[in-house]
Amino acid sequence: MVKGRQGERVRLYVRGSILGYKRSKSNQYPNTSLIQIEGVNSKEEVAYYCGKRMAYIYKAKVKKNGSHYRCIWGKVTRPHGNTGVVRAKFKSNLPPRSMGARVRVFMYPSNI
Amino acid sequence: MAPKSTRKVSRNPELIRGIGKYSRSQMYHKRGIWAIKAKNGGVLPRHDPIPKPEAPALKPPKFYPADDVKKPLVNKHKPKPTKLRASITPGTVLILLAGRFKGKRVVFLKQLPSGLLLVTGPFKINGVPLRRVNQSYVIATSTKVDISAVNVDNFDDKYFTKEAQKKKKKGEGEFFEGEREEKSVLPQQKKDDQKTVDAALLKAIEIVPDLKAYLGARFSLKDGVEPGVAWLQRILGLSLKKLGCKEYLD
Repeated sequence: MVKGRQGERVRLYVRGSILGYKRSKSNQYPNTSLIQIEGVNSKEEVAYYCGKRMAYIYKAKVKKNGSHYRCIWGKVTRPHGNTGVVRAKFKSNLPPRSMGARVRVFMYPSNI
Repeated sequence: MAPKSTRKVSRNPELIRGIGKYSRSQMYHKRGIWAIKAKNGGVLPRHDPIPKPEAPALKPPKFYPADDVKKPLVNKHKPKPTKLRASITPGTVLILLAGRFKGKRVVFLKQLPSGLLLVTGPFKINGVPLRRVNQSYVIATSTKVDISAVNVDNFDDKYFTKEAQKKKKKGEGEFFEGEREEKSVLPQQKKDDQKTVDAALLKAIEIVPDLKAYLGARFSLKDGVEPGVAWLQRILGLSLKKLGCKEYLD
């Protein structure tokens, strides 16, 4: 995380929320998570976000690498359904307590 | 021997892989073997082998390795620099997406042979020095600065490599003193280079109204701005198709 930076806070990521794991009615597959990206409401719009990296950031009691904040990196893999939900794969599976939590969807790797 | 002109295309066009258009006897005629033979009295000309230079006598090696070690195959592959996006031309204003200078708007100078982009703030405007940036971590805007007055020829990847750390031999005395922190000072040469590049750039920037303030401001996604894709479309004036959504559009 940023060390004591004063001044402008720039947000260069889009907010997303974690809906849960990819699943059918009674089985879930935790290697893929479903993410709702703010403002994205259709399958066509999701194509911009495909491949973009995301980070799930959470806090922990023990300091690692000098920080209480930890991160799981992942990327948007494909759209899920017709209304803008997205499938994502993370470096390690997201923990179940992350459901409903925030995810940052960055704008890189960029292709514009 | 008559000078050989090596043909680039074979005289026998391929119908399917492995099957040529002409038969053996037709090819014999096409290649003119009959004419060569006629010139040489009915026989194909035969040249004596060029005498090989005397190879020095090899002594039997003193050491034979116990195991047969496989030699790795030769790799003559030379990587090319990454293909530059059409939207990025010298003088384009780019938005940096990550790293220390994220959100800063910056002027693109040229692509280095490693594929990275050479970029400058200019330093006076937004504090970004001459720096390398990867193409994937950058959004190209449609704003362009006139860069013809700037000379960027003497910058390449070697200019930006870190200096190799000199090995410090730890004597007995130093061991107990503890490590002294060596401050890496930016060499004066680099500061001068920055000034010369920026001087030419600043003139071009000051001509355009508001460009200086634009470059000084940071880019940020703001609340209330339509997220998703619509903000991108508005800011960059691009259609959904250009943003890469074409797979899902009919």
